[in-house]
Amino acid sequence: MISTQLFKKIKPLIFFAIFLPSLFWSYQFINGALGVNPIEKLMDNMGEMALRLIVLTLFISSLSEFKKFRFLIEVRRMIGLFAFFYVTCHFLIYIALDHFFDMTFIIKDIIKRPFITFGFISFIFLIPLAITSPKIMVKKLGFKVWKKIHYLIYPAAILSSVHFYMLVRANKIEPAIYIFLILVLLLYRLYYKIIHPQLVR
Amino acid sequence: MKILPSEITPYKNYLNRRKFIKSSIATSLVLGASTGLEANHISNQNIYNNQLDENDSLNSFEEITTYNNFYEFGMGKTDPAENSGDFKPKPWSISLEGLINNPQVLDLEKLLQNVTIEDRVYRLRCVEAWSMVIPWQGFPLAEIIKMADPLSSAKFIQFVTVFRPEEMPGQKRKLLPWPYVEGLRMDEAMHPLTILSTGLYGHDLLNQSGAPLRLVVPWKYGFKSIKSISSIRFVDKQPDATWSMLAPSEYGFYSNVNNLVDHPRWSQGTERRIGEFKRRKTMMYNGYEAEVGHLYKGMDLRKYY
Repeated sequence: MISTQLFKKIKPLIFFAIFLPSLFWSYQFINGALGVNPIEKLMDNMGEMALRLIVLTLFISSLSEFKKFRFLIEVRRMIGLFAFFYVTCHFLIYIALDHFFDMTFIIKDIIKRPFITFGFISFIFLIPLAITSPKIMVKKLGFKVWKKIHYLIYPAAILSSVHFYMLVRANKIEPAIYIFLILVLLLYRLYYKIIHPQLVR
Repeated sequence: MKILPSEITPYKNYLNRRKFIKSSIATSLVLGASTGLEANHISNQNIYNNQLDENDSLNSFEEITTYNNFYEFGMGKTDPAENSGDFKPKPWSISLEGLINNPQVLDLEKLLQNVTIEDRVYRLRCVEAWSMVIPWQGFPLAEIIKMADPLSSAKFIQFVTVFRPEEMPGQKRKLLPWPYVEGLRMDEAMHPLTILSTGLYGHDLLNQSGAPLRLVVPWKYGFKSIKSISSIRFVDKQPDATWSMLAPSEYGFYSNVNNLVDHPRWSQGTERRIGEFKRRKTMMYNGYEAEVGHLYKGMDLRKYY
């Protein structure tokens, strides 16, 4: 058993463990160690990390319902914000490095290509989550409103995993696993929130 | 395309040059210079520079051989370079099959004694919107077609990549329906730009580049240029091609580089030349319109993409 207090102590370690990859990849990018198409590699790395962190927050939400894993809730917000950080990096690389601020092209690309459309909408959905992440926002908005906003994580998660699924050219097993995990976690939450309370009553 | 006769090198000279390269590598290793391979490539560059079109420069040997799509060795770009060590490109034979007068199994070494290896510097444009400039060595596909002596009913050619799951780890998984197949119309196959390549930068093809023999069709997206060819079939109907079978709405049989017809996944209007920061505009038929445009005159390129 890990107590919440102990877990709070190792929180800085988790912070660095999640932050480090972005530093490492940036360092590799600058030093030409990301292969011969470094922009693509950097963008892919950031995007996949973001998706992993999104799935991780969903896992934490479901697991922390159990007393044993209650302590995990301590890092959910931090991991969620890191997911947003990585998505933002991913998006900025697309704008600045991949297309060098060619906005007419980028806007056309976002509208015309379904996989980019999905990724973009997912990014938009995550913005209100990031903005309302400070604890004070829960008080300001009221828990119910705040909670409703944060349900956006589910459509955002589905869209970003579909974004990945559509990008892969063949053998879509890996992105399919992400979609499957997200759907299972969503169904579990629905069951836990809607059906389970009625059964208990 | 400018090919100076002086640059056409008989295959034997290539063998000699390779020997020279090998021995100089040995020497440089003895001397402790770890960049022996690279050094030899650089010294060869003058040969190719004459063939370079304006605004193009050669991609390095390292770029060309560490960033590959060759799903037989895995789906990642560096997988082919990392996972192709067990592949044995020697000895090799190619079977000529179908509607021809001379069906036969050709031994590659013998075949190469009867052809002249030429230098061909071509742009390679991948459907994923990246590109490279590669100094190939090879001979016109037309040479092999002449040996096969096709019947008049042969309208298309299908190419098949070797199937060796023991040596090609990607083939142990169902990444694609194996073996990989591709095809060309007869006039495309006979076109002088279409070559079978045996090497690049004066080296035998490395396994990740499609050793020992691969197709190079510079005006089509890279996936048409099938690697490690084991058979060539002459047929009367448009043959199956792997990507086109897998996702017909995304990959057509022709798959000519066309900046005007977009792919649902990638805009084909621009491309990233490997090694460059800003994207370039993609050229119609990858810049070979003058040479190949007539092959598609009157065809609706939106329908036959």
